[in-house]
Amino acid sequence: MGGKSDTPLLIKGKRLDGRKMDEMRPIKIKAGVIKGADGSCELQFGETKILAAVYGPMKVLPRRNEEASRAFLNVNYFMAAFSTSDRCRPGPSRRSTEISHVIRRALVPAIYMEKYPQTEIRLILQVTNANAGTRTSALNAATVALIDAGIEMRDLVTSIAAGKIEDQIAVDLWQDEDNFGQADLPIAIMPRTEEITLLQMDGDLTKAELKKAIEMCIKSCKEIAKLQRKAIIESYSGDQKGAKNEK
Amino acid sequence: MTKEKLNISDREIVIPGDVLAEGMSYIPSGRAVRDGEKIIATSLGLTNVKGHVVKVIPLAGRYAAKRGDSIIGKITEIAKFGWRVNIHCPNDADLPIAEASSSYLDTNRNPMSKFFDVGDLIFAGISEITSSGFVKLSARNRPYRKLHEGIIIDVSPTKIPRIIGKQGSMITMLKEASGCDIIVGQNGWVWIKHDDPEKQMLIVNAVKKIESESHIPGLTEKIKKMLKGGKK
Repeated sequence: MGGKSDTPLLIKGKRLDGRKMDEMRPIKIKAGVIKGADGSCELQFGETKILAAVYGPMKVLPRRNEEASRAFLNVNYFMAAFSTSDRCRPGPSRRSTEISHVIRRALVPAIYMEKYPQTEIRLILQVTNANAGTRTSALNAATVALIDAGIEMRDLVTSIAAGKIEDQIAVDLWQDEDNFGQADLPIAIMPRTEEITLLQMDGDLTKAELKKAIEMCIKSCKEIAKLQRKAIIESYSGDQKGAKNEK
Repeated sequence: MTKEKLNISDREIVIPGDVLAEGMSYIPSGRAVRDGEKIIATSLGLTNVKGHVVKVIPLAGRYAAKRGDSIIGKITEIAKFGWRVNIHCPNDADLPIAEASSSYLDTNRNPMSKFFDVGDLIFAGISEITSSGFVKLSARNRPYRKLHEGIIIDVSPTKIPRIIGKQGSMITMLKEASGCDIIVGQNGWVWIKHDDPEKQMLIVNAVKKIESESHIPGLTEKIKKMLKGGKK
């Protein structure tokens, strides 16, 4: 990352997987997939696949994490051993600890933490297949799972990454663009107010490029928000939910 | 000034962040708040519009203790002051000895476990919630009591109003059709007892059906049919 790569990432102005610069990968979201959890979500962002589960509000364990006037959001982001091209060592790592923390910071502003004092909301994010953009997809899945669990929130949190490939800004990078591109910029916003809750940057962008990237992300985020909304409402209308409970 | 506008109809599923109405004449209620001139939903729920009051009734979520609620609890611990009770909440509730019965309990003569033992189920009311979040129970007066035998089923606390029905219509129907003893705790635990296990199971299935289809209209008729048929 940073310099120009030898691998061509654009052929005749089109990306290697045939997308336009502002086009996202196909998205599939399904809410309420795990019966034992209070809320859950299965999300697919192209090849990237995430499972999210929410438990709580529940008793805080260990007790030292308890906060007197607000909830404690416990985020666990894990990558499955089979999720990457070569085996990913399971268990907590430097990277998964960082991403758990980043996701926690991105979600807390959207949740009414003060309505659940002395409790813990446990969020488990399992990456079953990684193909760039796992933290943004995990955030999207986390929001749907939290809403499915009935947690009170100010707004959705919707997330997408933009990047620079061959000096052009593109939205939703996939594996090769992420590896050989010049910059990667994951963003999370609350779509109604357009408040930014997560902004990271890896690589170099000029001020104008950054502005353009954020604008493109906000546009895409609003599209994702519609899909998230549809997924939750679909799980409640019709027989889907009823069928789940009868099993 | 923005125009007065209602964006949703009655009994519609909404999610957090949905703008329900615009304009100062609308009043938020339940899981809805005002943000500037807009009314925003704060959780997954069903809308209920009555005149200018826009209410969101939650569709999911765990139980949050409220003063005056009648709940079913399970004794987890015997302490000096009384009993600690699991009420399906993040933190256990306290039941002091003085609040356990209308008569005097002589703990010198009888051990406390003789009255309520660990694992016993009780039907009690929430008498007090302190500012730090401790829940105090009371089981002094009827109908609060210890629950013998029977089975407990766990339903979502958001579905409890539907199981009770309008002025208890649904619960009365269930009781009359089967002759079961049914006690509904507002914390999401329902106690069912009948000598005939088949009838007991019928009610269990009926309650589960109410839970899964609570937001679909025409439920009362479905349950009525189900009870008449006697099938599961």
